[in-house]
This record gives sequence, C-alpha cells and structure tokens, in this order.
Amino acid sequence: MSNIVRIRKGLDIRLKGEAEKVLVQLDPAKVVAIKPTDFHGLVPKVLVKPGDPVQAGTPLFADKYNERVLWTSPVSGEVADVVRGEKRKVLEVRILADTETRYVDMGTGDPSTMNRETIVQKLLKSGAWPVIKQRPYDIVANPATEPKAIFVSAFDSHPLAPDLDLVVRNHGADFQTGLDALGKLTKGKVHLGVSDRTAAREFLDARGVVRHTFSGPHPAGNVGVQIHHISPVSKGELVWTVGVQDVMLIGRLFRQGRFDASRIVAVTGSKAKNPKYVRTIIGAPVQAIAGSVEDHARVVSGNCLTGDNVGAEGYLGFYHTQVTLLPEGDQPKFFITEGWASPGLNIFSANRSFPAWLMPGKKFAPDTNQNGELRAFVMSGQ
Amino acid sequence: MKFLRNLVEGMKPTFSKGGKLEKLHWVFDGLETFLFTPGHATERGAHIRDGIDLKRTMSIVITAMIPCLLFGMWNVGHQHYNALGFLREVEVGFWHKMMFGAVKVLPIVVVSYGVGLGIEFLFTSIKGHPIQEGYLVSGMLIPLVMPVETPLWMVAVGSAFAVIIGKEVFGGTGMNILNVALTARAFLFFAYPTMMSGDKVWVSTANDMNFPLVDGFSGATSLGHAAAGNISKVTPMMDSFWGLEAGSIGETSAFACLIGAAVLIITGIGSWRIMLATLLGGAAMATLFNWVGPQLDEAYTTRMYMQIPVLHQLVLGGFMFGLVFMATDPVTATQTNTGKWIYGFLIGLLAILIRVVNPAYPEGMMLAILFMNVMAPLIDHYVVQANIKRRMKRVALQTA
Repeated sequence: MSNIVRIRKGLDIRLKGEAEKVLVQLDPAKVVAIKPTDFHGLVPKVLVKPGDPVQAGTPLFADKYNERVLWTSPVSGEVADVVRGEKRKVLEVRILADTETRYVDMGTGDPSTMNRETIVQKLLKSGAWPVIKQRPYDIVANPATEPKAIFVSAFDSHPLAPDLDLVVRNHGADFQTGLDALGKLTKGKVHLGVSDRTAAREFLDARGVVRHTFSGPHPAGNVGVQIHHISPVSKGELVWTVGVQDVMLIGRLFRQGRFDASRIVAVTGSKAKNPKYVRTIIGAPVQAIAGSVEDHARVVSGNCLTGDNVGAEGYLGFYHTQVTLLPEGDQPKFFITEGWASPGLNIFSANRSFPAWLMPGKKFAPDTNQNGELRAFVMSGQ
Repeated sequence: MKFLRNLVEGMKPTFSKGGKLEKLHWVFDGLETFLFTPGHATERGAHIRDGIDLKRTMSIVITAMIPCLLFGMWNVGHQHYNALGFLREVEVGFWHKMMFGAVKVLPIVVVSYGVGLGIEFLFTSIKGHPIQEGYLVSGMLIPLVMPVETPLWMVAVGSAFAVIIGKEVFGGTGMNILNVALTARAFLFFAYPTMMSGDKVWVSTANDMNFPLVDGFSGATSLGHAAAGNISKVTPMMDSFWGLEAGSIGETSAFACLIGAAVLIITGIGSWRIMLATLLGGAAMATLFNWVGPQLDEAYTTRMYMQIPVLHQLVLGGFMFGLVFMATDPVTATQTNTGKWIYGFLIGLLAILIRVVNPAYPEGMMLAILFMNVMAPLIDHYVVQANIKRRMKRVALQTA
C-alpha cells in the first residue's frame, strides 16, 4: 500500500531560525482578523456590522456567489471593524475578543455514522468548510461538487516549516475523526502523503486513507507534487486538498461540537527572538505570536517562499501555520564585502559559484534583498 | 566602503531627474550598481532570493577565460620568436614572450571593451534602460577570437557592429539571437577576408631589427595547411592540445579551454550538456570521415584531411574554444535540456563538416555556432511541442 515516491529535483533552503520543539500556550488574542483576501477569487458578502456581538462559530461573511459557504468567527466578542481598501474591497473583518470564548453549539457526532449531506451541512454551517480547497485553481471547494479524491499532505517541506509530527501529537483522535469525515465527502479515496522520516503513529496508523510515502527535498511535501505522483488531475476532474491542522479542526468540530479554530504556529526565521511553537488561533495578530518584532524585520505569515508580508501589525493568514521573521534587505550591499564579487560565505545560492554547496551543514540567514536588479532571463548552466 | 557609499549618495542628485547630468543617469546607475547591489527588497513572490545575479555569472565566465587569455599572450610571443628563428640561437625567456604577447594583445582587449562599453553607455542613455552585464563577457571573447595582427580599428568596427546589430537592436543582453562575439568575428571575416584568414595574420612577424624569418616559415594555421592539402604541415596532436600553434589569440590551447570548461561546469554556469553534446557531435563527424576518407579515390582533395584522427581533429583550431565559451552562451543556445543535446551535437557535426569539406572556410566552428544559434528557437519549439503532445495523450486516454 505504501510505496516510496522519491522526489529527485528540488532544493532544501537551509535557513537559520528553526523553531525549537517546545509548544507554548499563548494568552488568548485580544483582536483577531479574518481576511477574505486569503482566498483566491472570493467575493465576500459581509453579514455583520461593527458592534455586532458574535460567538465562535457566528457567520461573518459568505461567498457572494455561493452563499452556503460561510466564514465564521474564531472567537466570541464584538465585531470591531470591517476594514475596506480601494473600491471598498473587504480586506479584514476584525473582532474584539472576549477573555472567555463562548462557542455556538454545533452538536457532536461521529462522522462514520453520518451521511455525506449531513457532514457537508455541518461543515458549511460551522464555518469549517473553507479549509477544504479545490484543485484546479486552489480555491475554496464548491459544496455542490464531488471530488475524485481528497489529498492531505502530512508533512511540510518548506524552509523552516513546522514539524507536523509535533503538531499532531496528542491529537490523533481529532485527526482521525477529521479523516473519517473527509472520507465521506468523496466516492474516491483519501490520500495521505507522509514523509519517509515521519515517526508519528497518528499518520502511520491513520485509518480509512491510502498512505503514500515521499522522500527527497522540497517540494516533496507540497500537496500538488504529491497529487502529481499519486493521481494527476486531468481535464474536467476535481480534487480537494486539506492541511493537517485543518483536518484536526474538522475533527474537533465533530468531537466537541464547536468551531475551534486553534492553530499550532511555528515562529521561525533568523529575526525571531525565540523560535518556538505556539498554540494560538486563526487570525491572531502576528505580533502576539512572534512575541516582539524588532525594527527592520519582515514579518511573513506563512513561510519565506509562499507567505504573505503582513507587517508587524498584521494577522495570521487563514491557512498559515507558520510565521517567519526575516531581516529586511533594503540596504545597498558593497560588491566586494557582501555583493556579487564577495566570497559569499554567508550567501545561500543554488548555484555553485557561491561556496554554499561546499558547506552542506551550514545554515544561512538571507535577507529580503532581491540581490540584483531587473534583467532579462539568462538561463545559465541548467 | 562607508566613504564610497557617501560619495555615491552625494553624487546621486546630479544624475537624477532634474539634475545637471540627468542624461547620464543610467551610466551613473550602472556604475553605482556595480559598486553596490541596490537595496531593492522583494515585493511579491518569494521573500528571499538566490544570491546569484548576472554580474556574478558574467564574472565567473570571465574568470574561466583567463587561462585562455594568458596562454594566448604567451603563445603570441612564442610564435613570434619562433618565426624569427630565435630559438635556434638564443633561448628566449618566458617573460619575454609574455611581454611581447601582452603588448600585442592588451590593446585589442582595451579597444574591444572601450568601444563596446562606450556604445552600451550610449544606448542606455538613449533608450533609458539600465546597463546590462552581457558585454563584459563579449568584450573579452572578441579579442580571443581575433588573429593577433588584426588592426585595432577593425576590432573597433567589429565590436561596434556586434553590439549594435548583434545585440542592441534586439533589446540588449538576454534578447540577442546570435552570439555577440561571433557576430563581430563573422562580420570581420566576411568584410575583410584578407585580414581574417590566410597566412599573414596569425603570427606577428614584424620586428624592428629586420631579423629574417626562418626558412620555410609559413604563418598559416594548421587548418589552413589542411585545407590547402598540406596535411604533413598540420601541428602534431599534443602540440595542438597544449596550443603551440598559430591561430586566433585565445583559441589555440585546448588545455586552457578545458580549464575554463572545468570552472564553468563546477560552478554550474556553463551547460555541461552542450559541451558534451558538441564534443560527441564533432567526434561522430570525424569518425565518419575517418571511415569515408580511405575509400575515396585519389583525385578527391580532402581525402587526406578526412583521415586526421578523431582526437587530433577535435583539438585543432577553435573547436574547443567554441565548444566551451561560444556554444554554451546561455542566451543564444537552446533552453530545454533535450534541445541542448540536439543543439550541441549539431554544432559539433557541422563544425567538422564545414572545416573538412568546404575549403573556403578553414574553420567551421564560428559558422556552425551561428547557424545553430538561429536554429535554437526552432529546436526548443519542437521539444516543447513534443512534450505537450506527450502530455495530451494522457488527457485523450482519460476522456476516451
């Protein structure tokens, strides 16, 4: 059942600032924000006004073209603001959180005894539905469709990505319940892509899924790469993808009967004072997650390759499980000491004209400089 | 460094919009970005970027050419004193030959860079785009593919032609279709054939003392001899490999080229696929000739040329130099991996074919590379189409 897929082409960028394997419980966030901009192509229809009281699980906005799909509040409290940008585009819905979270009761249930429609209804109503993404297009899944398969990647191979073995530890029941629920959503299979290095029983003993083992450098952990190797999407086909923490979120919904949007987030990057794992909530302010943010640091919600620059005042993205702090690279670099003619001992490059390839264990702390200006493509040496 | 930065910052307003020397903004910008990688932070996409940039790429290529340049300088001196027969009477020292070569070669390098970069500066000012690094390499390649006796004005005209027609009209570095340095050489080759081929230009024989030349001296290259049917006068293989023969300044030593190849392949700047494919193509053609040659009748003049051993054929002339530095030009070569094999193989094939069969062109490497430069987009197109077709099959299967 489990044959190893070896990814040969790829690159693991070795960065400083890996999160220490300790989990810290953060104080409840005072303000959280849900950002419609986290979802490709979404036109939100806002259902609340500033001042409205909400509970965790109260709808905040819906998809204008598919109003069954709801986004609900991760905390209880009061809607503080609906932040709009140019052309009144909704950027954020901010909620002032209570100290004690009150949840809308969604009712518990065992998904293995429920039928598909009930499960879909429950996910839609609770606001857990948007964690399911559809491919092609990487958009929130349309509940009216049925995918040919559902894919879950049980490891993240991005630079400094959180170790999902640690994340899932002690939450095996939530994860399994989530997988059971997903299994009911498709007539096809639920595919779980695990790393060849994983030791987590939660992944290795997962039931109701087809397990595939992947080895090799990044992007081995990307679900798209895994789909390509397991069952590529052909014209007219749909697949759904769900993250590990999102599967756990679905599991909690069924086991506890409430929309518990808590997240384990890795605080990483060379500018992170105290890189570690923290337990917080979707939409929490990154400043609270990172502890403190020094000047001249870029705060990225997500990883350094695909994350969003949210700034020190920003909020954690809906799908993000990592916050990366990088030195901002807006200073000129002298060509002999740190620029193009330097020995480059501290510069990471996939190209062997820098000595990084001779120091396989060395970790680097690159800044966000573009390292050069705009040029035409010159595809050298490939 | 801090001092330099302050100096640059202080000069900036003069060259910015509204400043006195606004027109020279991009020239200033070029010099500034040479000294300082600008503080442009990433705005979208990945937040961290690879350290490599075009400046580093180009400086690695120049480094790879240094062995060829140094050997070329020495060889210019060596050939000169050889022709004058000095070696028979007095031993001429290494530094003497080096000095003589430097005096001959460095002016060509200076003119090539001066004219080429001057035109680049002019174009950046007119067109308002930043200075691009491509000419740093072309400016070094042009002297290396010139015969030593090329007049400096001709180097200037060739460089100017190459930069303007070969590159800038297409939009600058990264956009050119033909290899810039070879465009310069091809232009001069066809415009002034007497100065770019024959037996007068490869060895510098002029001397103040009016020393007589050695008896039986001929300034022709091995390929010239071979094309004329004098196979016996072709340099022996090992001499050819080390580069002790007449030829363009940088091309003679296969050994120096191999050092360059090692630098390019180890750093990953040059494509080993193209190099290997070109070598295989050349070897394949030479092997074919080896087989065909003995079966032709005596009247066929290139009969003997065809029988030069494969390895010897490959180290003669500019084959190795073209293989390492010209064929691998990332802008004008094919971009796909499969395409690189085809492109390189055909260059090798054509180079040996032209060299042996067409006596009008003693060296086929230049024309083979230029021809394949033109064909490269076509090769890429078919490689990409084949890939699309292969993938479409899967779709057809699924829907059927």
